[in-house]
Amino acid sequence: MTQRPRVQPAPTARPVRGTGRGERAVAVSSHTVLGIWSLLVLVPLLWTIVSSFKTTNEIFASPFSLPQEWQFQNYVNAWRTAGIGTYFLNSVIVVSCALVLTMVMGSMSAYVLARFQFRGRTLIRYLVVAGLTFPVFLAVVPLFFILRQLGVLNTLPGLIISYATYAYPFTVFFLTSFFEELPGEIAEAASIDGASEWRTFFQVMLPMAGPGMASVAILNFVGLWNQYLLPVVLNSDRQNYVLTQGMASFASAAGYDVDFGALFAGAVTTIVPVLVVYLIFQRRLQGAASAGGLK
Amino acid sequence: MRTRRRLTFDRVSLMVVFLGIPVALYLAFVLYPFTQAAWYSLTSWSGFTSTQQFIGLDNYVHLAQDDLFLKAVGNSLVLLVVVPIVTLVLSFALACLLTFGGSSTGAVRGLSGSSFYRIVSFFPYVVPAIVIGIIWGRVYDPSAGLLNGVLTGLGLERFDKFAWLGRSSTAMPATVAVIVWTFVGFYMVLFVAAIRGIPAETFEAARLDGAGRFRTAVFIAAPGISGALRTAYVYLGIFALDAFVFLAALNPDGGPANSTLVITQQIFSTAFKDGRFGLACAMGVVLALVTFAFTGLVFGVARWREKRA
Repeated sequence: MTQRPRVQPAPTARPVRGTGRGERAVAVSSHTVLGIWSLLVLVPLLWTIVSSFKTTNEIFASPFSLPQEWQFQNYVNAWRTAGIGTYFLNSVIVVSCALVLTMVMGSMSAYVLARFQFRGRTLIRYLVVAGLTFPVFLAVVPLFFILRQLGVLNTLPGLIISYATYAYPFTVFFLTSFFEELPGEIAEAASIDGASEWRTFFQVMLPMAGPGMASVAILNFVGLWNQYLLPVVLNSDRQNYVLTQGMASFASAAGYDVDFGALFAGAVTTIVPVLVVYLIFQRRLQGAASAGGLK
Repeated sequence: MRTRRRLTFDRVSLMVVFLGIPVALYLAFVLYPFTQAAWYSLTSWSGFTSTQQFIGLDNYVHLAQDDLFLKAVGNSLVLLVVVPIVTLVLSFALACLLTFGGSSTGAVRGLSGSSFYRIVSFFPYVVPAIVIGIIWGRVYDPSAGLLNGVLTGLGLERFDKFAWLGRSSTAMPATVAVIVWTFVGFYMVLFVAAIRGIPAETFEAARLDGAGRFRTAVFIAAPGISGALRTAYVYLGIFALDAFVFLAALNPDGGPANSTLVITQQIFSTAFKDGRFGLACAMGVVLALVTFAFTGLVFGVARWREKRA
């Protein structure tokens, strides 16, 4: 899913409205408004980055100056003392396992729902889409007990299965329409050539669905990396904290004793992975977001 | 092109593995908990006993008389109304500037450098909400925060040590501002895509009739993307009813005089701090009912208007 093609208006023979100067004034004011908005977005983030290199005293004494000495130590402190390193690793494990799991389950289910005729197909589709509309908050209390009964409460596997199953409806929803649009003739040809259903999926259909898979995977990555509610409820063992949860407890931990330089450093550390993914894939991500959001 | 063929082992095994296992997991971990919650809401369960005592609608009666919960419901409803409206108006306006706010003598053109604005504005959407909350908590800090520093720097001395999140009059607006800040860019990108889907001739016709940009935005662009606006309204509303993560980061205790306490915070503390799981589930059911009512209302009104048109 890439950007929709830009609509090119038909060129008109004569200028229908406005003088060059007036038109330029419109453009300048548009740029001004959008520029102000960009500043409103960027300044708090840049301030966070600069603050992450200051001592706590400096942050309180002169919130706006550049650091007198760039405190890379803040990152070391956040990583080691505040446990951000452990939480980072937990996040990587949980998010990558859950992402693989939900993509595998989601693409397989979407494929069957899109291309097979069987009884109950519509019912299953409705059941899955219903999962998109319920408030997750209603489910977390019982989910807590289900995981406890299974003995996976406060463990990474418990978190992985929860992440994956809660990302499942969106993945199926998005990919079903994608598989429906793929040409059926190629799958037919594969089966005439003697390929099994399994082979057809893995070697023919899945590669063709690559672009759609990538879009959903990126959206899922961002969503899972930023997940907060599920870990806070289902994962209270400090050793198993994920990054978002660790940041929250770091921020509220000792009230006024917080090492603010390290707190800012932790915030930057949490943002960097999603920022990198975003900057690399921003076209695809924005395209996927608008394709998914306009349905 | 769908296929209907004989049931072979190949085909059956694929159906079981591809659909059966994922749907079973989904039922067990997602749908089953929702139905469980509805049942727990009719019990006085604390979460620690092995049996649940059925008490009918007592939890709901209790909630109807619980001033703190009613306050939380009220705050959630305020968020439900204010957050979508402010976000949609702002993001729609910015999307219009991007798509037809450029200089043009012949044709309607977008703004040069628009991809820069899109990339930057979208960015808060990918930052973890809890981190946004933490950052803005620091921005709002009375003595060392960015906001008061800027305001006093502009000569507004009364904002020296102004506690944005510490006063019941400003805590909620300050919170709304953070949520809006997070989502405006995302919806702006959505609307830019939608506006570009409107046929160019429509814009040209409006221009030939002498419509200015403001009129074009209100009478061409807005109706042209009404579907996207409606979907965005529903998403934002559902999100505003949750909003737990922002409030947990900005005002964990519900803010001054509970001015920012919302339903989800009440559910969380009732369940996991007070150990009253039955009551918490009843709150969850109330939240779900409000969500469904809101969604139904938005789509219902849309359908009614389409029928009349």
